[in-house]
Amino acid sequence: MNEQTERDLYYRMVLVREFEGRVSALDKQGKLAGGVYSGRGQEAASIGVCHGLRVDDWIFPLHRDMGAVLAKGADPNRLMAQIFGRRDGFSKGKDSYLHGGDLPHGIFGATSMLGSTLPVATGMAYKFRMKNEDRVAVAFFGEGASSRGDVHEAMNFAGVHKLPVIYVCENNFYAYSTPNELQFAVENVADRAAGYGFKGEVASGNDLHAVLQAMQKATDRARRGEGPTFIELKTYRYHGHSEHDRAAYRTDEELVTWESRDPIELWEHYLDKRKYDLQAIKAETLARAQQVVADAVAFAEASPEPEGPEAMDDLYATPIPGGSPA
Amino acid sequence: MMVTYLQAINQAMAEEMARDENVMLMGEDVGVMGGAFKVSEGLQDRFGKLRVVDMPIAESLIIGAGVGLAVQGMRPILEMQFIDFISCGFDQIVNQAATLRYRHGGQTSCPIVIRGPSGAGVHGGLYHSQNPESWFFSVPGLKIVAPATAYDAKGLLKSAVRDDDPVLYFEHKFLYRRIKEDIPDEEYLVPLGQAALRAEGTDLTVITYGATVHPAVQAARDLAGEISVEVIDLRSLAPLDWNAISASVRKTGKALIVHEARLTGGIGAEIAARIGQELFEDLDGPVMRLASADTHNAFAAPLEAWILPDLHKITEAIRKLARY
Repeated sequence: MNEQTERDLYYRMVLVREFEGRVSALDKQGKLAGGVYSGRGQEAASIGVCHGLRVDDWIFPLHRDMGAVLAKGADPNRLMAQIFGRRDGFSKGKDSYLHGGDLPHGIFGATSMLGSTLPVATGMAYKFRMKNEDRVAVAFFGEGASSRGDVHEAMNFAGVHKLPVIYVCENNFYAYSTPNELQFAVENVADRAAGYGFKGEVASGNDLHAVLQAMQKATDRARRGEGPTFIELKTYRYHGHSEHDRAAYRTDEELVTWESRDPIELWEHYLDKRKYDLQAIKAETLARAQQVVADAVAFAEASPEPEGPEAMDDLYATPIPGGSPA
Repeated sequence: MMVTYLQAINQAMAEEMARDENVMLMGEDVGVMGGAFKVSEGLQDRFGKLRVVDMPIAESLIIGAGVGLAVQGMRPILEMQFIDFISCGFDQIVNQAATLRYRHGGQTSCPIVIRGPSGAGVHGGLYHSQNPESWFFSVPGLKIVAPATAYDAKGLLKSAVRDDDPVLYFEHKFLYRRIKEDIPDEEYLVPLGQAALRAEGTDLTVITYGATVHPAVQAARDLAGEISVEVIDLRSLAPLDWNAISASVRKTGKALIVHEARLTGGIGAEIAARIGQELFEDLDGPVMRLASADTHNAFAAPLEAWILPDLHKITEAIRKLARY
C-alpha cells in the first residue's frame, strides 16, 4: 500500500465519522425525522470492505453501513439529502437513511427487514456467474440478522452454485439490546458457514489491515469462480441501536475497552509508525472531511422537500391510471 | 392450435425465453422434472440449466434472488410449486420487490413474475388449495393477474414477463387440463389491466375471474330467456379494469361479484364498495357477493364442495339478485 492509499483510507474513515457525527447532532437538534443508526466505531469494517471493490461490483449495506455507502462512491450531498428526506435524495423523500440505494454506484437500497437483502445479493451473484462476469456482490448483515431464515436460504444457495458473493457479518455483539448468547449457540457466526460448504473467516473489524486482507482473499476467490466467502468482522458500535437508545444493556467498562481499540486511532498509530507527519495529516484530513460534511448539510437544506402528490410517483414502471392498482 | 391451459403457460414461457435471453425460470423441480404439474416440461432441455434453475426449498430465496437478477436486467419467472407456499416468501414480495422502485426513487424497476398453481377443487386440502390474491391486493407496487382461459393464460403471462413491474400470476390448477381451446398460432399478447366480456346481458352483471368464470358463463347460458346476464372476466386484479365494471353495472343496474377466494377481505369486497360509492344512483339492487366460505380449504370432498362457489350457487345468487 502506498502513502496515498493509506491516507485516503484514513480520510474515508474520518469522513464517515464526521458525517455520522453531524447526523447524530442534527438528530439531537430535532432537525431530522426517522431513525438514525450510527456506525460510530465500525468505520474500519465498512471502509475496508469497500476499498478493493470496483464500481461495477455491488454492495448491499445494512442500516448501519453509511461508511460503506460513502466508500462505494455515493455522493455525500445526495446522501445527506436522502437523510433529510429531500427531493435530491436517492429515494426523493420516499424513505430515509440507507433505504435509497445508489444504483449507478452499485449500492442497493436496504429495507428494515434485516437480512432480507442476502437473497437479493445472491440472485445478483447468480447473474454474474451466469454471464461469466468477474464481478462480486457483497452483502452486509449484523450478527442479529444472521438468525433469519433469509440469511440461511441465501448462503445455502450460494454454496451450492459457488456464487461470487461475499457475506460480511458485522458482529457488534448486540442485536438492538439482545446479546449474542441469546441469539445463537455457536461462538462465532462464521462457524455457520461450514454448514453451507464454504469458508468462514473471523477477523477484527476494528483493524483496517485485517479487514482489507480478508476482503482481498474473498474477492480474489469470488472473481476466480471459487465461490462465496463468509467474513465475520468483530466490532462494536459506540452508540445505541439508534440514537434514541441509551444502550443501558451494556457496561461502561465494555465501552471503554472497545474505545481503546478505536479503528481510526489504530490507523493513526499505524500512520505514525510509518513516519508520516501525523499531526499534519490529521489536521488536513479533518478539515477536508468537515468541509465535505458542511457542504452536504448545506446542499440537503437547500434541496426542496417533495410535495404531497409525489407520494404516488415511482410506484410502477408502467404507470397505472390514478396511480393505484384499483 | 388446440392447447390446454397448462400447455398455454408452457408455451408462453418457451416463447418468451426464446425471444429474450434475459428471461429465465427458477423454482422447485422446474428443471429435470419439468415441474410438479409438468408446466415447465422441456424448458430445461431447451434453454439449459443456467436459465431453468432447480432451486432449493426456499421461497424467500427464490423471490429475493429474482429481485437481484431483475436489478441486473434479467426477467426471471419465479415459480411457487404450490401458490400456498408464497407465504414463505411474503416479505420478499411486499417489502423487497414491491418497494424496490419506490424506495430507489425510480432508479430501477422490478420485472419479475411470480407464478404458481392456486385454487381448489382437486381436494388439495389446507395447503394446496388457496387463493392468496387478497393477501397482496392492498400492496402498492404489485400487479396481479388471474387467467381463466388458455388464451388468456398464454397472453397474460407473456405480457407479465414483458412488464417492468412485479407481477403475481395466479394460475388455477383446476383448469390446467380441464380447459382446452383453440388459440392462435401466431404470437399475441393479452394486455394487463383489461377485463374481458364473456357474456352480454342487460339484467345484471356478474363480475368474476379465474376458475369461477366458467360456471358463471354456464349460469348465464342456462338462464338465457329467464334472466339476461352479463359476465365480466376481470383477468387483471391489479390494475383493475374499473371502466369495464362501471360501464356494465351502469347498463344493467345490478352487480354480483363471484370469486373462489374467501368472502371476507376478498377482492369482491373492494369492488362492491367501489360500486356502492361511485355507482349508487345506477343501482337497482344491492351489490352482492358470492365466494368461498370463511373457513380453511377443507380436504374431504363434501367439505370442499360445501365451501366453494359452484354453478348451482351462482345460479341461485343470480336469481336472487334478479328478483330485486
